Amino acid sequence: MTDLTDLTISDAREGLAAKSFSAVELTEAHLAAIEAANLALNAYVLTTPERAIDMAKASDARIAKGKAGKLEGIPLGIKDLFCTKDVRTTACSHILDGFTPPYESTVTSNLWNAGAVMLGKLNNDEFAMGSSNETSFYGEVVNPWRRKGSDAPLVPGGSSGGSSAAVAARLCLGATATDTGGSIRQPAAFTGTVGLKPTYGRCSRWGIVAFASSLDQAGPIARTVRDAAIMLGAMAGHDPKDTTCADLPVPDFEAVLGQGVKGLTIGIPKEYRVEGMAPEIEALWQQGIAWLTEAGATVKDVSLPHTKYALPSYYIVAPAEASSNLARYDGVRYGLREPGKDVISMYENTREAGFGAEVKRRVLIGTYVLSAGYYDAYYLKAQKVRTLIKRDFDQVFESVDAILTPTTPGPAFAAGEKSGDPLEMYLNDIFTVTVNMAGLPGLSVPAGLSSEGTPLGLQVIGRAFDEETLLRVGQAIEDAAGVMVKPQDWWSTHA
Amino acid sequence: MDAKSENSNLIAGDTGDWEVVIGMEVHAQVTSNAKLFSGASTEFGGDPNSHVSLVDAAMPGMLPVINETCVAQAVRTGLGLKAEINLYSVFDRKNYFYPDLPQGYQISQYKNPIVGEGEVIVDLLSGERVIVGIERLHLEQDAGKSLHDQHPQNSYVDLNRSGVALMEIVSKPDLRSSEQAKAYVSKLRTILRYLGTCDGNMEQGSLRADVNVSVRRPGDEFGTRCEIKNVNSIRFIGQAIEYEARRQIEIIEDGGTIDQETRLFDAKTGETRSMRSKEEAHDYRYFPDPDLLPLELSQEFVDEIAASLPELPDEKRARFIADYGLTPYDADVLVSERESVDYFEEVATGRDAKQAANWVINELFGRLNKEGLTIGDGPISSAQLGGIVDLIKDGTISGKIAKDVFDIVWTEGGDPAEIVEKRGLKQVTDTGAIEKAVDEVMAANPDKVAQAKEKPALAGWFVGQVMKATGGKASPQAVNALLKSKLGIE
Repeated sequence: MTDLTDLTISDAREGLAAKSFSAVELTEAHLAAIEAANLALNAYVLTTPERAIDMAKASDARIAKGKAGKLEGIPLGIKDLFCTKDVRTTACSHILDGFTPPYESTVTSNLWNAGAVMLGKLNNDEFAMGSSNETSFYGEVVNPWRRKGSDAPLVPGGSSGGSSAAVAARLCLGATATDTGGSIRQPAAFTGTVGLKPTYGRCSRWGIVAFASSLDQAGPIARTVRDAAIMLGAMAGHDPKDTTCADLPVPDFEAVLGQGVKGLTIGIPKEYRVEGMAPEIEALWQQGIAWLTEAGATVKDVSLPHTKYALPSYYIVAPAEASSNLARYDGVRYGLREPGKDVISMYENTREAGFGAEVKRRVLIGTYVLSAGYYDAYYLKAQKVRTLIKRDFDQVFESVDAILTPTTPGPAFAAGEKSGDPLEMYLNDIFTVTVNMAGLPGLSVPAGLSSEGTPLGLQVIGRAFDEETLLRVGQAIEDAAGVMVKPQDWWSTHA
Repeated sequence: MDAKSENSNLIAGDTGDWEVVIGMEVHAQVTSNAKLFSGASTEFGGDPNSHVSLVDAAMPGMLPVINETCVAQAVRTGLGLKAEINLYSVFDRKNYFYPDLPQGYQISQYKNPIVGEGEVIVDLLSGERVIVGIERLHLEQDAGKSLHDQHPQNSYVDLNRSGVALMEIVSKPDLRSSEQAKAYVSKLRTILRYLGTCDGNMEQGSLRADVNVSVRRPGDEFGTRCEIKNVNSIRFIGQAIEYEARRQIEIIEDGGTIDQETRLFDAKTGETRSMRSKEEAHDYRYFPDPDLLPLELSQEFVDEIAASLPELPDEKRARFIADYGLTPYDADVLVSERESVDYFEEVATGRDAKQAANWVINELFGRLNKEGLTIGDGPISSAQLGGIVDLIKDGTISGKIAKDVFDIVWTEGGDPAEIVEKRGLKQVTDTGAIEKAVDEVMAANPDKVAQAKEKPALAGWFVGQVMKATGGKASPQAVNALLKSKLGIE
C-alpha cells in the first residue's frame, strides 16, 4: 500500500469508499507524519489528535452505514485564523493567548458537516499579516522545499504558510486558508500546491478572525486542482450571519473539471510584465500560454491600466480596516491582559506586549490614513482606485473568460531575506492584490520549478462567481505541467 | 417664529439682552425585541451581561447583521417627523477605545443617514408656536455600561445595552429658550410614543439628549457652542440650559470668550462642568463599515410603513378643535399622551365629544393628578366613564349625581347604570312627586312665599329646599319650572 499521506483527496475518498483503508488509519498516518515533521517545519501550532481520532471513528461509522459526506474521513489542517469550538484559536498572535472560542466558524462547520476530520491548527503570519510566515507569535514555518544543493531554510509564503507547508509536506490532505492580498495563492506558489481564493462572498467570513473585512476570503490549499474544487464545494455557501456572503447556490465545481479549455479566451495583461521580473518567471508565463493554446484556448493581450496603483491602494485599505478590526483586542474581555495603573495604560501595555512589529506597523498605517485631514487623500482615494481596478477587470472580462499571470514575481525566498524590509516584502503581493481589490476569484497552480529547483505558480483570475472557468483553466495547466511532486523529505525525524 | 416671540425669550445681562440658541441631539432607544445587529434581547433590567450575544461582546470573527425591525422603526419615525427618507444609507464605524465599547468602534451612520430633513411643531403653554427643523435621524449602536461602584479597585462592565439600537435625532439650532427646548423634547417624545418607535422612558435611559447651547446678541451670528452630554430628564434639560446660558453670558460680559467643549450636567448641583475641550476631542476615524453592505430600501417598503402610520398629535389636535369644538388648550392636554388620547377617543366615540372631554379632563385627570396616578393606573375604564356620560345624556342622572356616581365607581368599581339603579339615584322626573314636594315646602314657608313674589331671586332657596326634600334626585329643570309657575314669577 502506498503511503496514505501521499494520496490526493479524491484518491482518499475512493479508498475510503472501497474500504481499502479506514478513516482512522488515514488520520493516524497523518498524525504520525505531523509528529515526525513538526519540529522541523513548525506548520502546526496545535494538534488535536484525540479529537481527530474521534472524528475519524465517526466517519468510519457513517461510511459503514453508507451515509458518507462529501469529505468523509478526509483529514484536514485548519489555519489558526478560523475559530474552532473548544480548540484554542489565536490567529498566531500573543494577544489572543489562550483564547478558546465557544463557537465554530461557518466554513469549518461546513467542513465537519461534510465529514472532514480536523488534525489541528496551522501556523500563519500574525493576524494574517505577512508574506513569509515570519510574523507568527509561534515562530516561522519552514518550507519543505529547499534550493538545490542547499540546506538553507526557505519561507513557505504567507500568510497561510502553515497551510501551504503542511499540504506540500503531506501533513494533511488539504488545508483551509484565507487570502486578503495573496495569502492563499502566494504560499501555494512557493510550495508547489494549488491555492484557490474564491470570489469575495463565496465563503462566509463568520468566525474567521478578521484582518481586512472587505478583502478577506477563505479558500482551500490542496495538492491538485480537483482537490481544491472538492474542498471549495464543501467550504462555500450562503450564510445569513455574514451580510457580505452571497446568496447563491454552490455549483458542483468538480463537475466542470473534464470540460477542458477549448473555446475559452484567456487574457494576458501587459501590465503584469513588471520591471525586473525574473526571466524564468517570464518563461513560465509563456509556457502557460503555450499549454493553454495547445489545449484549444485562444490567447489575447489585454490591458488592466490601473494595476500599478493596486499595491499602494491595497496597503491603505487593508491596514485601515485592520486598525479598526483589531481595536477589540484591548485586554478587557479575552486573551492577553497586561495590567496598568489605569485603563488607558492597561490598553497600552496589553497592545504593546500582545502585537508583533508587523501588526503594529499596519495598525499605525491604518490609523494614520483614516485620521481627520488624511482620510480624503488616502482612504477615499484608495477606494476610488479600487473602483477603477474593478472597472479595468469588468472591461477585460467582456472579451476574455479568464486571465493568466504569474502568481509571484519569483520563487520562495530564504528566511530572513526580506523580513527586514517591509516594502520588499509587500512587493511579493504585486500580482495577487488586484484580485482582492476587485473581489474576484484567483487560482494558483504549480507550473514548474525554478532554476533553484523550487516551485513556481501560475495564477488564473476569473469573473466574479465564476470559479468554474477558473478550475477548468487550472486543470488544463495541471494536466500539461503534471501534478507537482512531493519535495524530498528532509524534515521527518524518522527519515 | 416671528421677531416678537424671539424677543420674549431674551435673557437680560449686565450689558444688555442676550439670546440663547439651542440645538438638540436626542438619542431614542428603538422599540424592538432584539438589538440593532444581533439577536440578543433588549429587555431592560436583566442581570448584568445576561443579554449579550457573541457579536455584542465583539468576539473574534463575529459579524453584524442588520435587524430589519429597527430599520422599519427608523423609517416610521422619519415619516412621523415629516422627514425625507433616504433609500440609500450607509453604516460607518466610529472608532474609539472605551471598556464598555467592546468592538473598539460604534456602528453608526455618518455621511449617509437613513432619514434626512424634517420638522416638529411645538406649541407652548403661552400659545407660542415654534417649528423646529430636524437635520437628520440616524441609526446607531448603544454602548455598554461601566460600573465603578462594585469594587474598590476595579471597574466592571455590563454589556446588556451594548448594541441596542438608538435613533439619534438631530435638530437644527432653532430653539431659543429652555421652555422651548423642554417643549420640543416633550413633543418629540409624544410623537415617538404615538408611532410606537420609542417608549420615551427617560428614567430607564430610553430617551436622552445632548444639548448644544450658545448665546449671542439678538441678530448677531451664532456664538461658540458647548455641548452638554447625556441629559436624562426634561426638567434637567431646562436646568442645564438655564445654567449654561447664564454661565456663557457671564464669561462674555466679563470680557472672556467661550471655549468649544463638551460639558456634563450635574443633577445634584444643577450646574454644568467641563468634560473635555475641543483639543481633547476624539478623532473618530469614521469610515464605512466593511462588514455591512449599504442599506438600500425600496420605495414600496417605505410606502407600506407610511400607510400604517397612526394619526399623529398635530392632526388629532386639529381635528379635535375643528370637529369637536374643543379649545386648543383642552386639545393639547388630550393629545399630549397617547394613553390619554386613546382613552378620550374611546369615551368620545358615539357621545358628545365636548362633554366627554370635560369629564376626561376635569373629573378624571383632576382625580388622577390629586392621587398621583397615571391614566394607566386609574381605576375607571373608558367604558365606565362613558357609561356615566350616557346616564347624564339620557336624563337618568343630573350632573351633580354623576359626580357622586364617579366617586363610587372610582372607589368601589362597578357598572354606573347598575349603581344608579341599585342605589336609587335616578333623577325624579315624575312631576306628581316633585309637585308634592314643592307644595309641601311652600306650605311650610308661607312668609318666604310672600317674599318671593317681591324678590324672584328667592326662588333659588326654594329649589334648594325641594332638592333637599327629594334627596337631590329631582330634575332641577322640572323643579324650577314648577316653582316659577306656583310662585307666580317669571
